[in-house]
Parts: sequence; structure tokens; C-alpha cells
Amino acid sequence: MKDFPLYRFGVFSLALRLPSTMTQAEIKLCSLLLQEHFGEIVEKIGVHLIRTGSQPLRVIAHDTGTSLDQVKKALCVLIQHNLVSYQVHKRGVVEYEAQCSRVLRMLRYPRYIYTTKTLYSDTGELIVEELLLNGKLTMSAVVKKVADRLTETMEDGKTMDYAEVSNTFVRLADTHFVQRCPSVPTTENSDPGPPPPAPTLVINEKDMYLVPKLSLIGKGKRRRSSDEDAAGEPKAKRPKHTTDNKEPIPDDGIYWQANLDRFHQHFRDQAIVSAVANRMDQTSSEIVRTMLRMSEITTSSSAPFTQPLSSNEIFRSLPVGYNISKQVLDQYLTLLADDPLEFVGKSGDSGGGMYVINLHKALASLATATLESVVQERFGSRCARIFRLVLQKKHLEQKQVEDFAMIPAKEAKDMLYKMLSENFMSLQVGCQ
Amino acid sequence: MAGNKGRGRAAYTFNIEAVGFSKGEKLPDVVLKPPPLFPDTDYKPVPLKTGEGEEYMLALKQELRETMKRMPYFIETPEERQDIERYSKRYMKVYKEEWIPDWRRLPREMMPRNKCKKGPKPKKAKDADVLKKIEELEKRDDGEKSDEENEDKEGSKEKSKEGDDDDDDDAAEQEEYDEEEQEEENDYINSYFEDGDDFGADSDDNMDEATY
Repeated sequence: MKDFPLYRFGVFSLALRLPSTMTQAEIKLCSLLLQEHFGEIVEKIGVHLIRTGSQPLRVIAHDTGTSLDQVKKALCVLIQHNLVSYQVHKRGVVEYEAQCSRVLRMLRYPRYIYTTKTLYSDTGELIVEELLLNGKLTMSAVVKKVADRLTETMEDGKTMDYAEVSNTFVRLADTHFVQRCPSVPTTENSDPGPPPPAPTLVINEKDMYLVPKLSLIGKGKRRRSSDEDAAGEPKAKRPKHTTDNKEPIPDDGIYWQANLDRFHQHFRDQAIVSAVANRMDQTSSEIVRTMLRMSEITTSSSAPFTQPLSSNEIFRSLPVGYNISKQVLDQYLTLLADDPLEFVGKSGDSGGGMYVINLHKALASLATATLESVVQERFGSRCARIFRLVLQKKHLEQKQVEDFAMIPAKEAKDMLYKMLSENFMSLQVGCQ
Repeated sequence: MAGNKGRGRAAYTFNIEAVGFSKGEKLPDVVLKPPPLFPDTDYKPVPLKTGEGEEYMLALKQELRETMKRMPYFIETPEERQDIERYSKRYMKVYKEEWIPDWRRLPREMMPRNKCKKGPKPKKAKDADVLKKIEELEKRDDGEKSDEENEDKEGSKEKSKEGDDDDDDDAAEQEEYDEEEQEEENDYINSYFEDGDDFGADSDDNMDEATY
């Protein structure tokens, strides 16, 4: 029996990774990100946790050769920025664990901020920026900081009202781009025992986007020119404690953070809409965009397809100024549903026709197209042809590749080997 | 055994056809050196995507990098002691807002231990500080680095016994003490000479000094 090598599409594992399976390159990247944003000490502690997994405070100090004091400071910073979480284990030992993929998200901060700018203009942009820079903040703190920053950029004499910033904040919360952090549960003093070694932070699903009723009244303040000192200018005296700390905080203990998953959902939607625009036309993409917008909050981000939407509902939700008739809309929907890419599917006939967006199928198509494009740019169009073939058929023998792709044997062998050596293909020896 | 073609004759231990070479075909030359570090590529990479959005994000990224360094979350590494303490160093410290975490949200072990030593016994602390300082200076003169390392090791051992905040405490106290002492003893007016200032630019402040 002869053994023929089978060429198989190398599977890229994009699935969820446990901390211990981070690649060396990813760990190095995390190290650079932490170092750049928080300094060497935080980097040392952070990378150690990424490498070793969950550990208690003293073990971290011992293993990294860092003083307890420094480790505490580093952990406080990391926890503040949602990069490390803690858990109480048996016998009251608290262990700290790094959230590795969250560290990598730091690469996307500019994109999150820019996206908010496109959706909610400068005010929204600064709100998200402050939340990302500080990890978490109370709403009152965000509003004050943003009002001050916006006032700096305004003409002399003009100031930004707190109310306007608050309104934008509420809109961001309503559309889930910012969310409340889990908080310390209010104790009822029923348990007189010793306090726990660490609080268990909780959040109720329905409270996650609930904006506290605050009456934030005020305007942004400009920094007075006599106080102004640009970064790096010498200041002889020790800095005095800011007097602002003495004011009571109306929403004390209620912290907010940027909701990264919501941004990712937005990026996904953007990718789908632009794919439809490229493949079909502007109107089709606007219809798809409308459908996605209608499903924003009702469909979970990991769902395979959106909730079914009726043609009537879609018609009512089209953006103001989009003047297409109901009939035309129905035609477009039918076209979209019939397209072989299957971005849109028809799930029923009531309400003028029930339609869904096939999220998983759409993303798989986009991923495939990206991979094919990578192969084409790196190895040429003939390699791309072979790649598409093997992707489609799953397993192919070398002879079959030559025949299907209509490429001479010697070249086919060369190309297959090149892709094999760069891990785009893998070899599977099987018996005929 | 069946595959042997005779003593001394090279024979493959596997079926050469499986890898794609037909029998008797000339094999490619043996490569004697590692492949080049930057081989020529047939296909050049696609140019980076640019546009208004991308440029804005790039500018944002640079800004964020700078901003983060000035925030209180950026923990500076304690510098190695230099041989000569530069006079101007004290006055070049960048103002950084202090950040105090919300202790209610953190494990109790995160809180620094209480520093109550400053109040009740300032004099004793000062004496201890002076002695310590003299010790350190002595050690420093003997041969800087190795002694400093030893000192650090001893210091960290002490720390783990007594409690971590003593060192910080002493350092903080020492610094304050230094400033006070120096401010008293110096004849120089601290604001008189600053780096980069023109000579005589501050002369308005010191009218009693003769100007030439």
C-alpha cells in the first residue's frame, strides 16, 4: 500500500486561549505594551503573571525579586486598568491573575477613541479616552475632566457645560459603549464576623447601563496661566494635595469603564456593511446597516444570527431621508437573501417577510477572503488558486491539486512546498 | 533488507516517491549555509492603509504614549544612585498627581501599612536618619556598586522582617529632612541660580548685591 501525502488546510486556532498558551511573541508584545504605558515595575509583575498564571502576593514578590511595596503598587495599577483580577481561595489566600487578551487590547485604544469620535463627536471621544486612560472612573469625575479639557480648546470666555457632557455620557451608556463596573455589595451589617480578605464585586445585569440620577451642575475650568506648567518644566516646590478631594462625591463607588465588546461588535458590523457595499451597492449596505442597528441591543454579540426582523419593521427603521419604496426594499431583501454568500437569510413570511443577518457565516466569509488575499499577496495568484482549492475540498493529493488547478506538476510541487514551509498548509499522511 | 542495493551503496530508508521525487531524478543541491537573513521576495508587501482615519489614529497613539507616561499609574523605576548628586535634580522633578486607589474595591492586603511614625518622635527619627546617612556615605566611599548591592540585600532582608513601609518611611523622612537642613544651612538663595537662566536675569530680586 502506498502512502500519499495529503495536503490539508492548516487550521489557525483563533479560539479562546488560556494564559499558559500565549505564544512567546504575544508575551513579548504584552511586555512592551505594559512597559510603555505603566513602566518597568508594572511590566515585570504583569509579565510574570501572564507567564505563571494565578499567584498570591508574596509568591509574586518572591519570584520576581521585587519588594512587597512595589508589587502592591503594580497590582493596584493593573487591577485599576482591568488587566489583573483577584480571587479569594481557600484559607483566605487571595490570588491574582492576569487577563492576557485584555492587555493586547491596549493596541486598539486609538481605534476605540476614534470610533467614538465618529459616532458621538469630540465630547464622546474624550469620555472614552478618559475612561481608557484611567481604567475606571465615576461619572462625576469623567464629566468634570472632559468639561475641563473641552473648555481648554474653546475660545476665550467660553466654557463647556457639565450638562452637555452628561448628556453624551448618557447616550454612550444607553448604546452600551460604556458600562458600570462590578461594585462592592452594600453590606447589611448582618454578618458581625471579620471582614473578608477581599471584596466580592458584583453587578446586576439590569444595572449595567443604569446612569445614576445626578444633578451635575457646573462648567469646565481653564487652567490659569500662572499655574500652567507644561510637562517637564521645572517646579521647585513639592506638589500640594489638590483641594478638590474635599468635595463630596455624589456617585461615590459607582465606577464606569469602556465596554470593549460593544466596540468589537461595532467593528464587526462595520466590516459586514462595507463587505456588502463592495459586493453589491450602497443601498444594499444601508439596508444591512439598518438591520444590524435594530439588532444592536437585542442580539448577543456571540449569536450566530440576529433576531428575525420583518420587512415592515425594516422599512420603518430606514434612516430618515432614504427614499426607497416598500417594494424596492422587498426586492433588495430578496436579492440579499438569494446571494450565495448568505449574509442575509429569510426565516419566514410573516410581516412581509422575516429576515436575519447570518453573523457567523458573514464573518467566516470575511475571514476566508482575508486569508485568500494574504496568500495571493505573499505567494502569487497561482498559489492563491491552489489555496482556494484545498480550502474548498479540505484534503487533496498532490496529483489532484495539479489536475484541478491546471498547473504543471513541477510548479505545483514547488508552490505546495512553499506554502507548507510557511505553515499555510499542513501535510497529512494517509493510506489510499 | 530487501531495500539494500549492496554494500556501501547509498539507499534511501523511505520511499522517495512519497515526497514527490521520481526515481532516479536529480536531487536539488545540498545547501551548506543557512538561508539569507533578508532573502529577495518575488512579491512585495502591499502598502500600508492610509487615510484620514488612520492618520488621526496614529496621532492619537503617539499622544496616548506621551500622556500615559505623565499619569500617576506610570510607576518610575527608582534610579541608581549617581556618583555626584546633581544640584539641579531636585528642582527638575516633574509634578505628578498622586493617585489613591479606592481601597474598598481591593483586597485588604493591598493597603500599605499604617505610617504613624512621623508624628510622635521626630527627633529620634532624625538622629537615626543621620546615623543611617553616615553609614550609607561610608559604605559608598568604600566602593560604590558592590557595597550598594550588599546594602540593598541587607535592606530587603530587614524589610521582610520588620515591615515593608519602614524603608519608604525613612526615605521620605530622609528626603524631607535633607531639604530642611540644607535650606537652613545654605548661604545661597535657592532661586538665584537655575539651570539655563541668563546670569543676571534674576538680579532684580537681589538689589543689595553689587552688579558689575
